[in-house]
Amino acid sequence: MATIQLQQVEKKFSEFYAVKPMDLTIADGEFVSLLGPSGCGKTTTLRMISGLETVSGGIISLDGRNVTWRHPSDRNIAFVFQFYALYPHMNARQNIAFPLQAEGMATADIEKRVEEVVKLLRIESLLKTHPGKLSGGDKQRIALARALVRRPAAFLMDEPLGALDAEFRESMRAEIKRLHLSIHATTVYVTHDQVEAMAMSDRIVVMSAAEVQQVGTPAEVYYDPANLFVARFIGSPGMNLLAGQHVGKQIRLTGRGQYVIPDHLHGPLTEALNGNSEVILGFRPEAAEINPDGTLNGNVYATDMHGAYTMLHINLNENEIIHVRGDRAFSSPIGTQVRFNLKPDMVRFFHPKTEKAIRGEARS
Amino acid sequence: MAHFEEVGSAKPITESIRVDKVSPRARVFHNLRALAVLVMAIVGLIPIFVMIVTAFKTRSDVVSDPPKVFFNPTLEGFVYLFTERALLPKASLEEAQANAENLGLFERIALESGQEITAPSDYVNRLKNSLIVAGISTVTSVVLGLFAAYAFSRFDIAGKDDLLFFILSTRMLPAVVVTIPIFLLYRQLGLHDTYLGMILLYTAFNLSFSVWLLKGFIDEIPREYEEAALVDGYTRLQAFFKIVLPQAVTGIAATTVFCLIFAWNEYAFALMLTSDQARTAPPSIATMLGRGGIEWSAIAAGSLGFLIPVVIITFALRNYLLRGVTFGAIRQ
Repeated sequence: MATIQLQQVEKKFSEFYAVKPMDLTIADGEFVSLLGPSGCGKTTTLRMISGLETVSGGIISLDGRNVTWRHPSDRNIAFVFQFYALYPHMNARQNIAFPLQAEGMATADIEKRVEEVVKLLRIESLLKTHPGKLSGGDKQRIALARALVRRPAAFLMDEPLGALDAEFRESMRAEIKRLHLSIHATTVYVTHDQVEAMAMSDRIVVMSAAEVQQVGTPAEVYYDPANLFVARFIGSPGMNLLAGQHVGKQIRLTGRGQYVIPDHLHGPLTEALNGNSEVILGFRPEAAEINPDGTLNGNVYATDMHGAYTMLHINLNENEIIHVRGDRAFSSPIGTQVRFNLKPDMVRFFHPKTEKAIRGEARS
Repeated sequence: MAHFEEVGSAKPITESIRVDKVSPRARVFHNLRALAVLVMAIVGLIPIFVMIVTAFKTRSDVVSDPPKVFFNPTLEGFVYLFTERALLPKASLEEAQANAENLGLFERIALESGQEITAPSDYVNRLKNSLIVAGISTVTSVVLGLFAAYAFSRFDIAGKDDLLFFILSTRMLPAVVVTIPIFLLYRQLGLHDTYLGMILLYTAFNLSFSVWLLKGFIDEIPREYEEAALVDGYTRLQAFFKIVLPQAVTGIAATTVFCLIFAWNEYAFALMLTSDQARTAPPSIATMLGRGGIEWSAIAAGSLGFLIPVVIITFALRNYLLRGVTFGAIRQ
């Protein structure tokens, strides 16, 4: 197993950046997700690590060894593709054995190694089948087995669950996570599905517009988004973001009440805003509490029953709708006014110009 | 009742492997289609049938009007095709007839029209030339085309589109337009009437075709297969042979047949650029028309022999071809 280090790695297509210079260090045995909307450069980054894509600049190291210009076959990494890429003219067993044959391993040893991964993934019954006759999930199991059998230094997975049915995706997700926990292999996992990234990763690299937006644990990117993009992108629905005025010790929302800033944040906020009063207030749906004495108010726009909770859509001003998680028994006719408070430790501030988070010293 | 009518008026299922689910109307249509194909096949095969029949007819039967469908088959045509003959003088004719028991089949047939066989004809030789020239040029153009097509399909090559257009443009002039310049060129280079000359020419001509056709097939093989092989520890060349090649079999088969048919049937260049050593079958069959009386049965027999190799190859590759013509570049 190995560490992966990216130093100022970038990819340019003539003048256009597919990936802007990025630094990233992935520890031995860590599970890191590259998360972002399509076209954000996450797959390109993964392919650069694998060597399938050349870099335009920067250094990629595997376990301290500079592999920036090494051939993919010389990097000792395994790649799992979204569409499996199982060789159609070989059966499952031949597919799994294929990487070992490249090493010129003796047939008996190959048998033994294949047997091991087959047992680990419980795919004994599939071995004689050709990929064309396998279901998506089984195909991906074979592809995982083919990746595992070499005992590579690191696994690179490009949306391995992206082509599966929703129902199946969840069980395969658990399978990959269990696999990761049992062999503790360094894994880089590309996905556009934040639930997947949150559920599986030790750390998440949020990317957008060819740039790294934030690197952090799932809790960090969820609770402390570094900027407005991450705040919107993570969570479903994303963070509620409201433009307000910073006046005195309050944030005023036009016509909809005010939020009192905790003392320790007052200083940093004034400093960061540098005389301007415009500020963006952010909070997750679960950070709001419905309360008749609440300092903020809005009208009920719609309510969705989610079983364990009710999602309230509250209209603050014309077409400014926020999402608030209410009690599952909550019910209120559409159009009625509701009042709510925000839990102070779950409220975040963002600079409207730089779009960056404004944090108190205690937190940063 | 209305409910049932509604069900009945739904669109009938027209395609299913379950016979009982296919509506009777669809079945009738299916049969009609089969009938249409049959009629087309018969129409298409009539010339072949006439050719086969003619090959076994006697001189007089060949030219009889209306054409005879029932006749006594003879190998006369084949004797004329494979041999050079001379008229026997009366005296030796009687002697030969007395001795007919000891003669071979062909000699006896020749004797019936008062001839003796003096030498084998050069037909077999011409057919061999055709096999050599068409075979080697086909293999060469498919192999070279395969590598070129792979490179064009997978790599960023400077001026890729221009190069592809340039390759295609070599096909844009009809053969007759360039035969004279090539004839002069070949005479200077000493390539006139040589195997090498003909193989080079047909390879060059077919290459554009095979590059374009194979590129279409290779484009449809997902890159991910090779990329998987690359990260699995194989070099680009190994990945090509172990992964791309097995996937491209249908395309290779289709291209092979097309190239072979071109090289096998080519007439204009062969007529101009060969005389004796490397002359292929098409011009030599045609020249049979000119010698004395027209030996229709010999010509038919010669054409029959000329057809057989292509039929064999096409039959051998028919499974790939069927998939090849439905999935490859031809589809677009």
